[in-house]
Amino acid sequence: MLEIKGLKLTLNGHPILRGINLEVKKGEIHTILGLNGAGKSSLAYCLMGSEGYKPQEGKIRFLGNDITNLSISQRARRGLTLAWQESARFEGLLAREYLSLGMKNREDSKRVTHALELVALNPKEFLNRAVNKTLSGGERKRIELASVIAMRPKLAILDEPDSGIDMLSLDDILNVIKSMRKEGSTIFLITHREEMASISDRVSLMCDGLIIKTGRPKEEMDYFKLHCKPCPTHKFPGKLKE
Amino acid sequence: MNDYENMVRAYRKAGGDPKVLRDPKCASLVVNKNRILGKRKIEGIRVFQAEELPKGVKITLITQKGYRIEKPVYLCFGILPKRGLQEIYVDVKIADGSSITLIAHCTFPNAVKIKHVMSAEFRIGKGAFLGYHETHYHGERGGAEVIPQGKIYIDKGGRLDTSFTLIKGKVGKLRIDYEARAKEKAVAELVVKVYGKGDDDIRIKEKAILDGPYAKSLIKARVAVKDRAKTMAIGITEGNAPFSRGHVDCIEIVQGKAQAKALPIVQVIDDRARVTHEAAIGSIDKKQLETVMARGLSKEEAIDVVVKGMLR
Ligand SMILES: Nc1ncnc2c1ncn2[C@@H]1O[C@H](COP(=O)(O)OP(=O)(O)OP(=O)(O)O)[C@@H](O)[C@H]1O
Ligand SMILES: [Mg+2]
Repeated sequence: MLEIKGLKLTLNGHPILRGINLEVKKGEIHTILGLNGAGKSSLAYCLMGSEGYKPQEGKIRFLGNDITNLSISQRARRGLTLAWQESARFEGLLAREYLSLGMKNREDSKRVTHALELVALNPKEFLNRAVNKTLSGGERKRIELASVIAMRPKLAILDEPDSGIDMLSLDDILNVIKSMRKEGSTIFLITHREEMASISDRVSLMCDGLIIKTGRPKEEMDYFKLHCKPCPTHKFPGKLKE
Repeated sequence: MNDYENMVRAYRKAGGDPKVLRDPKCASLVVNKNRILGKRKIEGIRVFQAEELPKGVKITLITQKGYRIEKPVYLCFGILPKRGLQEIYVDVKIADGSSITLIAHCTFPNAVKIKHVMSAEFRIGKGAFLGYHETHYHGERGGAEVIPQGKIYIDKGGRLDTSFTLIKGKVGKLRIDYEARAKEKAVAELVVKVYGKGDDDIRIKEKAILDGPYAKSLIKARVAVKDRAKTMAIGITEGNAPFSRGHVDCIEIVQGKAQAKALPIVQVIDDRARVTHEAAIGSIDKKQLETVMARGLSKEEAIDVVVKGMLR
């Protein structure tokens, strides 16, 4: 569904992505696991087509077509979207309106309500709440996630969907991701917590702007715990602490 | 369809809900040009007069002392033809201890060359409250010239809460001039929200004069302009009495070849008064835009959504 070939991104002279090769298959939950600064969010921005994140080299193909030079809107209309890592990216609409943005034809109130329920926000309380500073960080994050759910994208990139949401609800988040898949979305999950990877079909480890390995969740989570987390440099190839 | 029905349709276009015009519990007034098409008075309103003049109407509204009118009064002013002039004179007295909210929609859906002038005087009595909320729709052609002028006097402990909103369609030429004078412990809040497009030409002047001790005011302007639209927002506050507090808050968003100016003027003649201001003019926030675009909206659509968010 998504093919990334030789993607290179340099920002202000720093190489951030150093040649990413990756394939996300239709229907899977594919997790990118990497420590802080590995370049995960930069990859997400690149895939979404964010301004300032145009790759210097490489190609992105989505559903068989080259989307490397398409705008964010064009990519989104083809069914690709991103739940951004920072939650407070939008202000001012009511949650109901915000969640309806991604629906091509008119508001579907059932879908909006359903999306809020999935992220454990009571629709009675939140449908008509304004998306702004009066919401807690966790609530905003949930609304962001709900807006992706309501859109029913073909491919959802979720950048650290658990950050800012309390630990207790990790299971909730994983359930949300599973239901999104059930509703037909392929999931590209970005995280730095290996527990999150447990529900994936495949996991790719990312370090220092490169995908260093892809495999089954159990193996990759173990590798991450054993080699990546203790690595003093966070650079690839790294060194294990003595 | 008769004039009344056409007016009701125009009312809906401006964002009004026609149901309220039929509600026997709500006072209302419907005016097309200089013709009064409907009027209802309810308990708590002592005087509610509307007089047809050659070029418009004159409205007088006086509340009963101490009477809190729960349901808003709905006002609908419009001009249905493409061309025309409408002058509205408004004289409102909110008696001591009474409270009322007026919700006005001004609608010129077919405007090609329309001029609408409103000249209003509001007197808010001791401990009284006036809510006055005006929403405009000037059609899509930018053919309206609208000049709302209001003088508001707020007696001791009285409160004013007023807003002017023009977000849908084109603006045309807009000249807002509101001035509120507040006595002891009176509170005035004036809010204007406008979205200018095409060749719209917007000038907003809001002024608060804090004459009494502990009087408070907030002047707020939220304006977005795109294409070649121009805006100038002047927010003036005078702190003339001890412990009076005023704030002027203006945010403008510019895109394309549009132009925005903000001019806060704050003046204090009592050293125990305090008046502050903030004004910001900037382009639309890229992050917000991209967030909306990632839901499949085009850049143009996304701009409108972000502006709508700001103007709410
Ligand atoms: N505009 C920029 N200019 C220079 N360096 C940048 C820029 N943006 C990001 N970086 C750097 O690129 C690296 C990757 O950042 P990125 O945000 O993609 O990491 P991440 O894997 O998402 O980290 P986290 O887990 O903390 O979210 C970091 O070292 C960061 O400092
Ligand atoms: Mg990140």
